[in-house]
This record gives sequence, structure tokens and C-alpha cells, in this order.
Amino acid sequence: MEHHPTPPAPDRRNFLAKAAATVIGGITVVIPAASGLLVLLDPLRRKSADGGAVFVANLAAVPESGEPRKFPVLATRVDAWNRTPDVPVGAVYLQRVAGGAVRALNVACPHAGCFVDFKSARNNYHCPCHNSSFALDGKVLDPKSPSPRPLDTLETEVRNGTEVWVKFRNFRAGVHEKIPV
Amino acid sequence: MKRSPSDDRPVKPLDWLDQRTGYRKLAHEVLFENVPGGARWRYVWGSTLVFCFTIQVITGIALWFAYSPSSQTAWESVYYIQHEMWGGWFLRGLHHYTAQAMTMLLAVHLMQVVIDGAYKAPREFNFWSGIILLCLTLGLSLTGYLLPWDQKGYWATRVATNIVAITPFIGPELQQLVVGGADYGHHTLTRFFALHAGVIPGAIILFIVGHIYFFRRHGLTPKEPRRRPDAAFWPDQVLRDAVACLAVLAVVVFLVIRTRGAELGAPADPSEPFPAARPEWYFLFLFEFLKYFPGGTEVWGAIVIPALLMGLLAAMPFVGNWRLGHRFNVGFLWVMLAGAGWLTWLAIAEDRANPDHAIAVNTAEREARRVIELARSPAGIPPTGAVGLLRNDPLTQGPKLFAKHCASCHRFDGHDGLGGQPKDPASAADLKGFASREWLTGLLDPNRVATPHYFGATKFKAGKMVKYVQEDVAGFPPDDRKLLEKTIVALSAEAGLKSQRDRDRRDTALIVEGKEALVGTRMNCAECHVFHGKGETVGPDLTGYGSRQWLLDFIGNPAHPRFYGDRNDRMPLFGEDKVLPPAELGLLVDWLRGEWFEPAPVAAK
Repeated sequence: MEHHPTPPAPDRRNFLAKAAATVIGGITVVIPAASGLLVLLDPLRRKSADGGAVFVANLAAVPESGEPRKFPVLATRVDAWNRTPDVPVGAVYLQRVAGGAVRALNVACPHAGCFVDFKSARNNYHCPCHNSSFALDGKVLDPKSPSPRPLDTLETEVRNGTEVWVKFRNFRAGVHEKIPV
Repeated sequence: MKRSPSDDRPVKPLDWLDQRTGYRKLAHEVLFENVPGGARWRYVWGSTLVFCFTIQVITGIALWFAYSPSSQTAWESVYYIQHEMWGGWFLRGLHHYTAQAMTMLLAVHLMQVVIDGAYKAPREFNFWSGIILLCLTLGLSLTGYLLPWDQKGYWATRVATNIVAITPFIGPELQQLVVGGADYGHHTLTRFFALHAGVIPGAIILFIVGHIYFFRRHGLTPKEPRRRPDAAFWPDQVLRDAVACLAVLAVVVFLVIRTRGAELGAPADPSEPFPAARPEWYFLFLFEFLKYFPGGTEVWGAIVIPALLMGLLAAMPFVGNWRLGHRFNVGFLWVMLAGAGWLTWLAIAEDRANPDHAIAVNTAEREARRVIELARSPAGIPPTGAVGLLRNDPLTQGPKLFAKHCASCHRFDGHDGLGGQPKDPASAADLKGFASREWLTGLLDPNRVATPHYFGATKFKAGKMVKYVQEDVAGFPPDDRKLLEKTIVALSAEAGLKSQRDRDRRDTALIVEGKEALVGTRMNCAECHVFHGKGETVGPDLTGYGSRQWLLDFIGNPAHPRFYGDRNDRMPLFGEDKVLPPAELGLLVDWLRGEWFEPAPVAAK
């Protein structure tokens, strides 16, 4: 290693130079960092599309026996720069209930978002990830289930007596309250 | 040639280089570090980790040249690397298995450091930088798992990011930042990729530099008793390190070749269930741990307890100062490892004992293989991405549609299309091979027509057709029996089944004869069926029987006068009542008829 001469101690009175160096140095870092940070934080203002009710299935396709049946939900999906109509954005279980109405449950487990399975042999829903189980109406069956709340019901409407329309939403996982995302 | 300033003698090139760069001193510092007690095998672990990280950087950058992070191109570009590019499968396999090796080696290195007491003062910062490196490496695994954008990565990441959302105070915002919006998509991939290939490796490099600097500052912690005199790092320890790295590489290469590289599942599809979803094996203990936290207490299992354990790990240098501190630390580490091992074993044992999981894994593997066949088909992958390939594939969707809509009455080869058994017994025909010569031969067999395989469980059990077969056909003389066979061939040819194409082509003469017999008096079919404009509409019209259009029309509306009319027995009007959208009806029909893309057989060598 070559030997460099030791520089003289900085002048203690040279406050202006120190302050200017700090400020200028700070600006050169802050401006690019802030511009990056802004783009990094942009997803915070993105909300899930709330497109209102969508047609999911014809009533005839929902078993009269009251057994739930799974249907994909087709809607316009906005994925950053792409807007694609009629693609699956999720899925629901539809089930006929008393009074000619239809119950719709979001297939996503409220625990961590896995796709729950309807088990016809046991007549209940079961999550293949962490073993939460749910009754036909979506209520938590086993109190030890990791799911903090029942399966999420969705608003449904039977139009013209034949078409099942569902207001499809996803909800925050892992919390007791049903909070739309 | 350069000359030294003091005299006229030429300076040797290496001396000149050293004067300008000081490389000799640097090399000396790197290679002649003192190893107290001489070289030992137990000191190799840190070097193997640096080696693994180097492999990851090299293979990762090479993968980067071909990878494209977006929801329409991520799976597609990984498929292309894996199946189309020269040595792509090997490169991806190296990257995949080295990541696994790295996790194991991290555990071993941590154990060695704790057991040897290398975490104690003055090496606290060395230890902490190591803990941070451990967390960063696990972060690499977590972010890398999503990048192929296959079902496995997608569903596992949904779980992981939902866990992020339960972080106290900032959870939902943090999740949104990680996911890149409210839904999973392009920006989830761009963000995970930026973390995986930029931010985390950058941080790892910084911390490795710090880790090695701290290590050099305080020196190696020798394992007592020292068996030999001190020695330099070069060459004995370097040789041991090199052998260990070679062994790691050999294991990795063995795994890559044995498994033909890393797996690639079917493309991510949020509407398609994936019950085989599991995290990478070294996160299984956390996955299993979460099963024990009933609703609302998940934050304890996912965040609080793991954070406390990591805190305890980081506090080891302080704990180690107490009289029994070191023993406590070693015991704590063993308990943690045993606990994680036990939870991992529980997760594996539970899945093994669960037949549903085995079915799920089989389905996942089948779909993964199938989508590759489709991607390699002449049609290839459309610009909208590969996710549509399986959605529009009769071989994949047909069985699912059959199980969902048909199997409550029908069977397919005795099962529900997917290999399961519905709750209720069959109440309509088994449709495997529908309209084929074999299927029709059974239908026209007096011993079989009234079995549940055909009309046995329907109201037609005592109908005209069953009566015709059991009385008229049963009494056919040999000549008529021969003619019946030709009639079957002709009727079956109406379907134009792919599986019979060659036989149909060969039997043109038979088919002509059979067609005439179908409307002739000896077979007498036209008494109840219309065939190409001739005959009576009592039973279904047989023109084009079993063809795509015939099946679309029939399943669409079996109660149409052309088919069963008022006598339709419980069969839903799938098209007329819009139970099935036209596209799904088409997939079901194509599957029943065996019409799907099949790759050309590999030419025999």
C-alpha cells in the first residue's frame, strides 16, 4: 500500500461548507430515492375491481337436491395494463336454499385463501391446506378449524327466474371480520 | 516493457501489476489466513454456502436471460427454458436443487457455529450477519417459488401473502405492496422478481462481505482440542473446502439428472382448485404449525412465535455469557431443529395417509404433463398465455364436466370420469366408448341390454328397444346375426370416431351393406328410428348417431322430438336450459368421442 500524506484536520469554523456538503449530498440521494419510493408505493392506491353483479350460471345448473356446485366466475379482469373480458376471476359454490333462493359462497378459505373443496361424501366443505371444515351454509364446523370466520357469502339474485347473478368479491383472509379487498 | 523509476532495468509485468493494484498482498490475505489447529473438515460449511450462492448467481443470471415476469409470459418463458432451450432443464434444475442444498447447508452451518461456540463475544456481529443471511436466503426461496407462475407457486404464494396481511398494524398495506395491488397478476411477478433477482441477492452480497469481514477480524473459532499446529488457509483448508463444494455439486447434479430438473406445474389459474398446494419442503413445518391455531389466533403461529424464536436465536451471544448459557443455546437449537423436523414429518405423514391428497397430486402431475403436450402442439401457446390451453382441452375438462354434470346418473368405465365413485348408484348408461362398435355390440346383446351398463337403471328397461333386443335379436338366425354385425359397423361409422377411423376406412363395403340393412326389413330399425330420412320417430334419430353434432344436439335437448320427445327419462336439457354453456358442452362431447390433441408418437428407434 502506498503511503498517503495525512490531511490537515478540517477547519472547525468552516460550518458553511459542511452544511452545504450535507444538504447537496442529501439532495442527490433523496430525489432518486423518493422517485423510486413513489412508484414502489403505487399499489397502495389500487383497489380490486368492484364490477357489480355478474351472471354465473343458469338456475337449472344448480342441483335441485340442495347439493352445492362449483362455478367459475367470469368477469372483466384488469391486470395492470391488461383488460380482459370474460375470464375467470374466481369461483363460487352455488346451492339452492329454501324459498327458491340461491346461496353463493366464495371458494377461498377465509384462513389463508386456499380453494376449499366440497366433500359430497361428508356433505361439508374442507380446506385441503390447513384442514378447516365448514357446514353447507358456510359456518365453521370444527371449533379447532384455523379459519377465523365462516365461508364468505356473496350477494345473489335470481333474474328472470332462471339466471343466477352474483356480486363477486374477495375478502381479507385471516381476520374475524369480513372486509372486502 | 516498463522500466522501474530508479534504474534502467525492465520491470517484470507481474511486478508492475502488483505495484498498480497491490494484488499480492490481497491474495496473501485471502489465502494465508491462519487456521488455528490446522485444516479440518468441520470448517468447510461457510465455504460451501458461498459456493452455493455463487452457483445461484451464475444460474440465476443465465435464467434471467430467458425469463419474462408477467402473468402471460412467466409460465410460458419457464416452459420454454425447461423444454425448448438447450440445456434449459439442467440449468433450471441446478438453480432449483442448489437452493434446496443451500437451505440444508445453512442449517448445518448454524449448528456448527452454535455447537463450536463461534457466536460468542467478540463475534456477535458475525453471528447476527449470519442470521440475517439465513433470513435473506429463505426470502430468496419464498420469492423464487412464485416465479414460474404455476399452480403450485401461485397457491402457495397466496397463502404466504395472506399471512403477511395479518401482520399487526401494517398487514393489509404490506400485503398490497408485496402483491403489487389488490389482486395477483403482472405486478406480483415483477415485484417478486425484483426482490428475487435484485434486492435480496444485493443484500446477500453486502452481508456476505460483512460476514467475511467480521470473520477475518476475529479469526476462526478453533475446535478444541487442537490436534495439529496452526496452518495457513492455503492449501490444506482450501483443498477440504473444494472437496466439500464438489460433493455438494455432485449431489445437486445427481438430483437434477435423476428428476430431469425442477418440476413445472400447470399454469396458475385462480378459478381452478389446487388441493395439492404445499409449500417447499423446508417450509412444511411452518405450514403444519398453522394447523394448530384455531380461528383468529393465526398471528401467534405465523408471526409472533416464529419472531420470538428468531429473537431468542439472535440473543444467543448474550445468553452464551451465562454460566450455563452455552449449553442452553445448544439445547435450544436442537429442540428447534427437532421440533421443525417433527412438524415436517407430521405434515408429510398426514398427506400420505390422505387419499384425497394422493388424488390431488396425481391430478396436478397429469395436468402438468398435459399442458406441456399442448404447449408443444402445432397450435402452440397463444399470446394470451398458456392458461387457456387446459381450460380448452377436452381431455382435461371433459372428465371434470362429466363428474360434475353427468355422473350423478351416468358412469364412465364404472367411475365418475375422474376415477371417483358418486354417492348414488348409476341410473343411466355407462358412456365409455359411446357409439363405438364394442359399445353398440353390448347394447344389442340380449344379455347386456338390460344391465345397468345400458338401459338397466332407466325407465327404458322395459321399453321397446330392450324388448327388441331380448326377443327379436335373441332369435336372429346366423345370417341375420351376420347382418346385425354389419349394421353395427354402419351405425358406429356414423359417429366418425377417431379411434375407429382406420377400421371405418377399411370397412367401406361393409358399411354400405350395413346402412341398407339398417332401414331394411330384416333388422327393422326403421320401425322406430329415422335414418337419413327413412323410418319412424319413436326412438332417437340415428342419422349421424354419435357424431359431434348429434351429441351436441342430443345432450343439448334430449327431449327434442328428434330424440326422446316426451319420453325423455330425467335427463336435463343441458343446452336448452343453459345448464352447460356451448363451449363446455363442446368440450364434454369431444371428450366422450375421444377427440383431443395427441402428440405424435415418438418414432421407434
